[in-house]
Amino acid sequence: MPKLPKLPAPPLPAALREPPPRPGEGNGDGKGGPLQEAKGAGISVIDWVDERTSLSGGARWMMFRKVPKGTNWFYTLGSATMFVFLSQAVTGVFLAMYYRPEPSGGAYESIRYITNDVFLGQFVRGMHKWGASVMVVLVFLHMGRTFFFGAYKYPRELNWVIGVVLLILTMAMGFTGYLLPFDERAYWATTVGVNINGTGPLIGPFLNDFLRGGPEFGATTLSRFYAIHMLLIPGLMAALIGAHLYLVAKLGTTAPPWIKADQNPELGKTEA
Amino acid sequence: MPDKHTQHKSKYTADLMIPGAFEGETVTRRRFMTGTAHTAGAVAAASFALPALGFAIGPIFKQQPHFWEQIGTTEDFPENNYIPVVFTLTQGIGEAGKSTAYVRKHNPAIDTDIYDRHTPYIAISTRCAHLGCPVRWVDAAERFICPCHGGVYDLLGRRVSGPPVRPLDRFPTRVSGDRVELYSGRFSVNSELKRFSPRDPGETLDGIGQYLYPSRPDARKSY
Repeated sequence: MPKLPKLPAPPLPAALREPPPRPGEGNGDGKGGPLQEAKGAGISVIDWVDERTSLSGGARWMMFRKVPKGTNWFYTLGSATMFVFLSQAVTGVFLAMYYRPEPSGGAYESIRYITNDVFLGQFVRGMHKWGASVMVVLVFLHMGRTFFFGAYKYPRELNWVIGVVLLILTMAMGFTGYLLPFDERAYWATTVGVNINGTGPLIGPFLNDFLRGGPEFGATTLSRFYAIHMLLIPGLMAALIGAHLYLVAKLGTTAPPWIKADQNPELGKTEA
Repeated sequence: MPDKHTQHKSKYTADLMIPGAFEGETVTRRRFMTGTAHTAGAVAAASFALPALGFAIGPIFKQQPHFWEQIGTTEDFPENNYIPVVFTLTQGIGEAGKSTAYVRKHNPAIDTDIYDRHTPYIAISTRCAHLGCPVRWVDAAERFICPCHGGVYDLLGRRVSGPPVRPLDRFPTRVSGDRVELYSGRFSVNSELKRFSPRDPGETLDGIGQYLYPSRPDARKSY
């Protein structure tokens, strides 16, 4: 590997420049200053963990990958989607501290309490509510990027399939979360959505009964939706996102379609 | 590298030169222990997964309780117009469990259908047969109209226009003294007003519809 040029030192006057460390400084033997000791402590903790787990190898494998020429801002849509998912997970966990899935009035009242009375409640609930829409938009943009750049082709078909399952789960999250405020809009939108499910022949009626926990909107419908929304689907999604990321790191990313492979004159000669 | 397993055709462990083989033994102890461990793991997983699954899908098989509820006196309901009645469809969830039915007295001139002959009062559910929005009775037009997707039904609850796939559901009624009572377990009807056990909205009951959308064990007629 050719030696890379060194970054020039910042143009500071000599008095402000940090002196080079003296031999033996900051190696944890207590002879350096407290700052050097602190630096050494951090490194030795990381070393302690790494010696016992070899996690740094995995971290290097995940983070320091070669990316193709032409990689651009469109390649950030997947990370953006993941960060919205993390935002939804964190805000959702904290909303669960105040939310009560009681159809006889407690659910609506707890949402009203979060929105009007809890410190930053309206903000956190707003992040969760608007983040849901942002996530759906980003998922579709990410899917479009993958499609138009041809990044779903061999050997990445399985990652496309996992992505489609994640898309379906995202929509299911939107559907189940829509009921939780338990206002008129939530109730009737869920009624209509469940009944659309039911128009599927043969299994539709039974799927409806599973979702509602009975033949009509009942006492356990809201808590079923709540459990599906906050436990079942997020767990599935986290696992599938892990598999999705693993395959991205394993297979690498694709170059944009407008980047052509380097013409090797030697190869061209042998083919002809 | 030669494959050990293809060199020996015998099924006996003794013939395979496996140390510690017994006379007539065909399954190695290693294979037996592997199978036992996997089986034990499968049994352990099934012992919590199957009850949990049954717990989650149990309501599908459980008949929901329904009740007779007084909705008014025999003089309250005319023969040619509907009176809205609010009743409890689902117990225990407050306002969310309430629903509305439109009720009128049985009218021999228009309720000529054989299935309606012994019904003292006609109680029409407001649940639209398209996707379940609440319809309302518009007196001037003599039509039930759904606000969501434009479903329109006539005086008997039969579809006139729009997306609904069958007439509006109905509730059984009875007269007790001078009181009219409504049963909260609905039944569905097809376009000829023939009765069926309750179906969800959007599920047709004409032709093969009753087989495509089968009756469910938690919602059978039980009055």
